Amino acid sequence: MATDILMPALSPTMEEGKLSKWLKKAGDPVKSGDLLAEIETDKATMEVEAIDEGVLAKILVEEGTEGVKVNTPIAIIAAEGEDVSAASAGGGAPKPEASAQPAPAPDMQAEGQADTPAPSAKTGDDAPKAPAAPATITNKAPAPVMAEFPEGTEMVSTTVREALRDAMAEEMRKDDAVFVMGEEVAEYQGAYKITQGLLQEFGARRVVDTPITEHGFAGIGVGAAFTGLRPIVEFMTFNFAMQAIDHIINSAAKTLYMSGGQLGCPIVFRGPNGAAARVGAQHSHDYSAWYSNVPGLKVIAPYTASDAKGLLKAAIRDPNPIIFLENEILYGQTFPVPKLDDFVLPIGKARIHRPGTDVTIVSFSIGMTYALKAAQALAEEGIEAEVIDLRTLRPMDTDTVVESVKKTGRCVTVEEGFPQSGIGAEISARLMVDAFDYLDAPVLRVTGKDVPMPYAANLEKLALPNVAEVIEAVKAVCYR
Amino acid sequence: MDAAKDAGQAASDTSRAEAQRSGGAMPTGAAATHAPAPNAPQFTREEDLHAYHEMLLIRRFEEKAGQLYGMGLIGGFCHLYIGQEAVVIGMQMASVDGDQVITGYRDHGHMLACGMDPKGVMAELTGRRGGYSRGKGGSMHMFSREKQFFGGHGIVGAQVSLGTGLAFADAYKKNGNVSLTYMGDGAANQGQVYESFNMAQLWKLPVVYVIENNRYAMGTSVARASAQTDFSKRGISFGIPGEQVDGMDVRTVREAATRAIEHARSGEGPYILEMQTYRYRGHSMSDPAKYRTKDEVSKMREEHDPIEMVRKRLIEMHGVPEAELKATDAKVRETVNESAEFATHDPEPDPAELWTDILLEARA
Repeated sequence: MATDILMPALSPTMEEGKLSKWLKKAGDPVKSGDLLAEIETDKATMEVEAIDEGVLAKILVEEGTEGVKVNTPIAIIAAEGEDVSAASAGGGAPKPEASAQPAPAPDMQAEGQADTPAPSAKTGDDAPKAPAAPATITNKAPAPVMAEFPEGTEMVSTTVREALRDAMAEEMRKDDAVFVMGEEVAEYQGAYKITQGLLQEFGARRVVDTPITEHGFAGIGVGAAFTGLRPIVEFMTFNFAMQAIDHIINSAAKTLYMSGGQLGCPIVFRGPNGAAARVGAQHSHDYSAWYSNVPGLKVIAPYTASDAKGLLKAAIRDPNPIIFLENEILYGQTFPVPKLDDFVLPIGKARIHRPGTDVTIVSFSIGMTYALKAAQALAEEGIEAEVIDLRTLRPMDTDTVVESVKKTGRCVTVEEGFPQSGIGAEISARLMVDAFDYLDAPVLRVTGKDVPMPYAANLEKLALPNVAEVIEAVKAVCYR
Repeated sequence: MDAAKDAGQAASDTSRAEAQRSGGAMPTGAAATHAPAPNAPQFTREEDLHAYHEMLLIRRFEEKAGQLYGMGLIGGFCHLYIGQEAVVIGMQMASVDGDQVITGYRDHGHMLACGMDPKGVMAELTGRRGGYSRGKGGSMHMFSREKQFFGGHGIVGAQVSLGTGLAFADAYKKNGNVSLTYMGDGAANQGQVYESFNMAQLWKLPVVYVIENNRYAMGTSVARASAQTDFSKRGISFGIPGEQVDGMDVRTVREAATRAIEHARSGEGPYILEMQTYRYRGHSMSDPAKYRTKDEVSKMREEHDPIEMVRKRLIEMHGVPEAELKATDAKVRETVNESAEFATHDPEPDPAELWTDILLEARA
């Protein structure tokens, strides 16, 4: 019986890839373990092995094809002696093992163009209690409320990944004191390809591969910053920065104060924060609330590619230690980025991402994906939500939130982090003080559940917030 | 200070092999004799006078800090350097302007050795506005960018990664400077020390690691805390050279320091110096000292005091009249008394200081 070879998922977050090369041609016999094709993902080029024996009957996706969705049949393997010409795609063939993992349904992929990205597996709408998938809703991206670049500026579709790289490259061109260090940042081109091409342009002096030694290289970065250099320290994930958190807090954040203003520490610690997909409790922690607790730090957690670029450039120029929290799921998402020679955004300013009148939803980073989808669904039901992207967690732009709540009288916060002492808890406390008389309902928090992140797909989905929970919370504060 | 440094470098012509013999002659452990090495490198009269003055300043300063602590004028933690003076002074005599110094929490001696103003240091100890950190750092947290002193760090071992970072910056800027990174025998067991050793050697960073082995990490003796008590060997697995040095003799310290600093400055990478020294006072002011005998301390003070050894040499070898040394003593006492006077009369920080120096203003 003929077997479909499906486009495999080669990383926890891969949704599509490029079929760069076939290593076998139609008619070739294959046996288990033979290399069939090369697949290029957003992170790396990898080879696909055959897991069945037979004859490569038909190639369904030609080499050089980009954007092949995970689980798309790419070839057919026929059994020995089977009529090759009779084999056809989609015959209920078993999936290759490699593709058995995350695999979002390909038909859910919207053409992500506007400010709202395509839904991903993790933020998908098949979560418990979610309403019908809003995948068919047209993306009506509202114009940004605050003009942060001149009207008529050309916008370029850019992934968050490229935006971060461009920000670093631009700042490194401007200032020789800026350098990047971390694990796999140079020759490997970045574990998540954020530093792709930097080694080639700037050389090994300024793009420094470190051993796996977070505590040590974080301290080295801080020491270098004390002398006036401007290190960008990449953590492969902020989970690993727990080994380095002593230097981030005790050495970087406190020294200016302890030195009576003499010794500043212009350093950026950046990397992916929070959950990716199916990577378990030790690789899924969201540290937003932790770092936002510490005086002496600035904490940035952007959602869009343009914010990622404009804020990372600001962070690199800032004379203070900055925690720049990225999100692995967002790396591959595309947003319009203004084509400007020097696009820098102010740290500490929230943005009204979607204006509304009935309720304020406050979020940041990947939390925005739940917030925006919920807002769209709520609009269908006649509830106009104002969605605020905090962008910076410390200093927190309370004014923008308070002004919005004065208008709407209701607030829901959305974050992937834990509930206790979280960002939502902070916002609630501030609203209690600064907008108590305007609140028509208690502030509700939608957060990650108060459990270590489970591995099982169904449990992970339950542990993370989802669109349905945001909708439910909004309806609750609106008494609907 | 600079003149003495120059003179020191010109005069130090002892051969490498000889120096290593003398430097490595002292046995380790509680039974160490600290017998002055018979062929120790000699100092000129000026060098010995300089070392005497500098070490005495630290000794008298620390004694005064101890007094002020007892009077309640200094709060919190206060770790005195008494007994270890020859280490930092010998190191400084081998370094040049631009070389950076960073250490842990037992830091007053390093600050004075770097040329920081005793008034500013003492006023920081008393938490006054004239202190180096305007009263916001305290005993363990003082810095002087002008004197290239980078602290003053209260987390044991943290200064080793930070000091390696200073060396990283020196290499990056190709400025020819060397980072003198101090730690105690206790810190030498921290994990980040070895992460730093690895990167320093991997990248050939200009750093000299000075392990001040005063035999006790707080109250735990080296033998009870360290599987390898020869700290000069702690870099072996990274290929970092190291040597044990009689840290009570400022001459052997200067000799070894010259060699180590030259190694680092010439691009050969890091170097480890285990300074065998002794702390007379407790770990901090609240140390009950139950972990060692009074005899051990008094024997060390009587037979191996780094300052007394120089004083004896000045009189017996260099023929310096006792009166001249007494004049130095008086001058040092006056400096220290002035610092105490300043530190006890300077006002506390303005309450508004609570909210300053948290973040720097970004460039427009």
